[in-house]
Amino acid sequence: MIRLVGGRIIDPAVGRDEVGDVLIEDDRLVEGRAPNGETVIDVSGFVVAPGFVDLHCHLREPGFEDAETIATGTRAAAAGGFTTVCALADTRPSTDTGSDVEALLVQAQRDAVVRVLPLGTTTKQRDGRELSEMADMAAVGAVAFSDDGRAIRSASLMRHALEYSLLVERPISSHAEDADLAEGGVMHEGPLATVLGLRGIPREAEEIAVARDLALARLTGGRLHLAHLSTAGAVDQIRRAKAAGVRVTAEVAPHNLVLSEAAVADRPYDTNARTDPPLRSADDARALLEGLRDGTIDCIVSDHSPRRWVDKACEFDQALPGISGLETAFGLLMRLVHNGTLSLAELIGALTRRPSQAWDLPYGTLAPGAPADVVVLDPDQAWVVDPERFLSKGKNSPLGGQTLRGTVLLTVAAGRIAYRNGL
Amino acid sequence: MRNGVGQLPAARRQRRHVLDLDDFSVPEVEAVLETAAAMKDVLQRPIKKVPTLRGKTLITLFYEASTRTRVGFEVAAKALGADTVSVAASTSSVTKGESLIDTIRTLQALGADFVVIRHHQAGAPYVVAEEVGPGTSVINAGDGWHAHPTQALLDLFTIRERLGRIAGLRVAIIGDVLHSRVARSNLWGLTLMGANVVLCGPPTFLPAVGFGDGLPWNLERTYHLDEALEGADVVMLLRMQLERQTGGMFPSLREYVRSYGLTEERLARAKPGAVVMHPGPMNEGVEIDPRVARGVQSAIEDQVRNGVAVRMAMLYLLSGLPA
Amino acid sequence: MPEPGEKRLLGADDIRRAVARLAHEVVERNQGVESIVLVGLRTRGLPLARRLQQRILEFEGTEVPLGELDITLYRDDVHQRAPRPLSPTSIPVDISDKTVVLVDDVLYTGRTIRAALDALIDLGRPRSIQFVCLVDRGHRELPIRPDYVGKNVPTSRYEKVAVRLEEVDGVDEVALIAPAEAIL
Repeated sequence: MIRLVGGRIIDPAVGRDEVGDVLIEDDRLVEGRAPNGETVIDVSGFVVAPGFVDLHCHLREPGFEDAETIATGTRAAAAGGFTTVCALADTRPSTDTGSDVEALLVQAQRDAVVRVLPLGTTTKQRDGRELSEMADMAAVGAVAFSDDGRAIRSASLMRHALEYSLLVERPISSHAEDADLAEGGVMHEGPLATVLGLRGIPREAEEIAVARDLALARLTGGRLHLAHLSTAGAVDQIRRAKAAGVRVTAEVAPHNLVLSEAAVADRPYDTNARTDPPLRSADDARALLEGLRDGTIDCIVSDHSPRRWVDKACEFDQALPGISGLETAFGLLMRLVHNGTLSLAELIGALTRRPSQAWDLPYGTLAPGAPADVVVLDPDQAWVVDPERFLSKGKNSPLGGQTLRGTVLLTVAAGRIAYRNGL
Repeated sequence: MRNGVGQLPAARRQRRHVLDLDDFSVPEVEAVLETAAAMKDVLQRPIKKVPTLRGKTLITLFYEASTRTRVGFEVAAKALGADTVSVAASTSSVTKGESLIDTIRTLQALGADFVVIRHHQAGAPYVVAEEVGPGTSVINAGDGWHAHPTQALLDLFTIRERLGRIAGLRVAIIGDVLHSRVARSNLWGLTLMGANVVLCGPPTFLPAVGFGDGLPWNLERTYHLDEALEGADVVMLLRMQLERQTGGMFPSLREYVRSYGLTEERLARAKPGAVVMHPGPMNEGVEIDPRVARGVQSAIEDQVRNGVAVRMAMLYLLSGLPA
Repeated sequence: MPEPGEKRLLGADDIRRAVARLAHEVVERNQGVESIVLVGLRTRGLPLARRLQQRILEFEGTEVPLGELDITLYRDDVHQRAPRPLSPTSIPVDISDKTVVLVDDVLYTGRTIRAALDALIDLGRPRSIQFVCLVDRGHRELPIRPDYVGKNVPTSRYEKVAVRLEEVDGVDEVALIAPAEAIL
């Protein structure tokens, strides 16, 4: 039993923003009552919010344990304030069947310090040719399907995937990228790529794929979820599609909201700033933020992509894309709050209520009876990012040496303290 | 009265690596050009050698084949009395999958004062520069599409040698600009030294998204050769690679020659006495007519000769402890 | 005028007389100007060499060939300091079989002359090389000796000898500069 005393409770799911106590009994939140011998933690002066819900996280296990494991990845998640992470299926073997999903859940049961919800692949081995056993996987706990890392090239297969997913009413999360236009590209196509001599990926690579997927969602009535958006054009299209009743949800990662392609050149050819999709212009970032604020984009995800040192300490073209982002997500996003373009409540909502709503998950709120997933935040504390000290095995971050303002002080996942820092 | 036996300007003293021309100042470029003139003198003596870099080792690490650049650096190093070692990636353990960083560490352990690297990927020399120890200078001999700083320096030298100045000249750079590190480095160098640059090539090699607004260089763009040549003092041709055709970027060499091949007739549109340049190797009959290549306006052989002097100058200016 | 802390060793007249005497000595020792090439070093060796050339023209009626030599690339301390700018090296005649007369303002450790000898030998094979210095301040570190000396000036290692010439500094004088600490 834990009582968090005196914090400013921000729970967008129930429209709550007031000072009060939060009471945890076993793995649930309970109605406030008189103190009764529980552990008391004084959180006055800090913010208490529902634990963050991440719809897009690469835990790399099974198969890529040198890059990350469920144990290390979930510890990093807890340090970032995330109490639920949805694990992508690009493991080895990929999560194609019910038994793959079960194996993952068993492992998570043993090793994870926060809740892990598995995704299954959309197509077997993410080959883009045959549908995976969605019903089998959904039955044992898969929350969505995605070939993320790869785009589904065939429009007719994507159509079938969206149609078939109606059987299990789960979203198909699409890595929307035209593989031909994007081929060989390593950063945003524009004047900076010209100066650096790097092959660019034009915005149109995403826009064309988004257009296709939206049209197929409209055709089939299936639930489309668009992953890690990077362009203003995608936001415009989704806005129109939602207005027309297409069943689409969308996510955006902190780095695409806050950073831009300039990060590639800050330290010349910084491979830590290589992501897929790439960091684009400040205008795209602004449009993505606007889309988040007006509901076109449903939520923020971490898109945590840990990489081995050897996969980043090389030529830019050779480097694997990805940012190890769980532990810097909150601090990075707080830049938007500190510069006045996003309110703290909006930010918390985008990390809790809205992702839960997008995928019908029973999380993201502090209402009594809800699972005891709680995070205590200090929105103002400054700290210097040192990737070597990440709990994640992935030290690949372009933020090394930068100062962020906003820290996670305490993370409670299902009633157990999963992370504690300074409280 | 020149600054006599003085030190070079402060910016010069700090330089350890030559990775791109984008961080050179005008005084620095001037220092290179002046020193190169003195080095050219050395190369005209009966004994084309001075003991300045005696005891130093220069390693060329070439992941892409090249004759003129690699030999240019080797001759330059030897003319300064240094020892040279050349590593051609295709024959070394690199083909066994040794990473760039591992290769650099090995070369470091073997003792290199200068590492000259040519690589097919942009940014590779920066990886090398991060990795080498404090006593080693890295020179970029060409990294993918990104930069070829010593080429641009020797081009500037050649232009000034032929025309007496650089500022105010109209320089037309013609060909596959998109994939050209020579074009990029020359853009830095020429605009820094006050020339006016016009880029010309097929639209697929000058895409608007990358060559429109937001570039750090003031330049003109045209898809039409005659427009670019009008009033040009210097015509710099870029090599057209056949693979681009199969990449769907232009239909045929025949069409390229018709639209962009520099013939004597088309050259006449440029200013009388305009200088024709090409970084080599040339596709004679494609981007340049053989008669133009061997004609009086061609400075192509000068470029090769000047390449040694400019590289000697660069090595000399990189030697010595920072003040 | 010498600055405070400086002592004037030679004035304009002293320098004029020394140059005249040196010119005569060179011609006398070589029994004429037949195969002499004057080569001036660095900044102030060149104007001195030009003055010698002028004197010789006046009393022998012949203009001896004059060249300039930059020894920067031959210095033995190239790697201990930032690179110096290069001056031209240009000698209008082939030096092979000639008597090269090197001219410099101050002879000190001898390292400059050592570098000059190496440079000359890379340029050709002179019959002989002789050396004129306006001031010899001692403290040789190499077995180098001058053939013609304007003035011998004993110095301590901490002192500096400044040769100033009209062509370079606007005035003719040689000053001895005391080290900053030596206010005894």
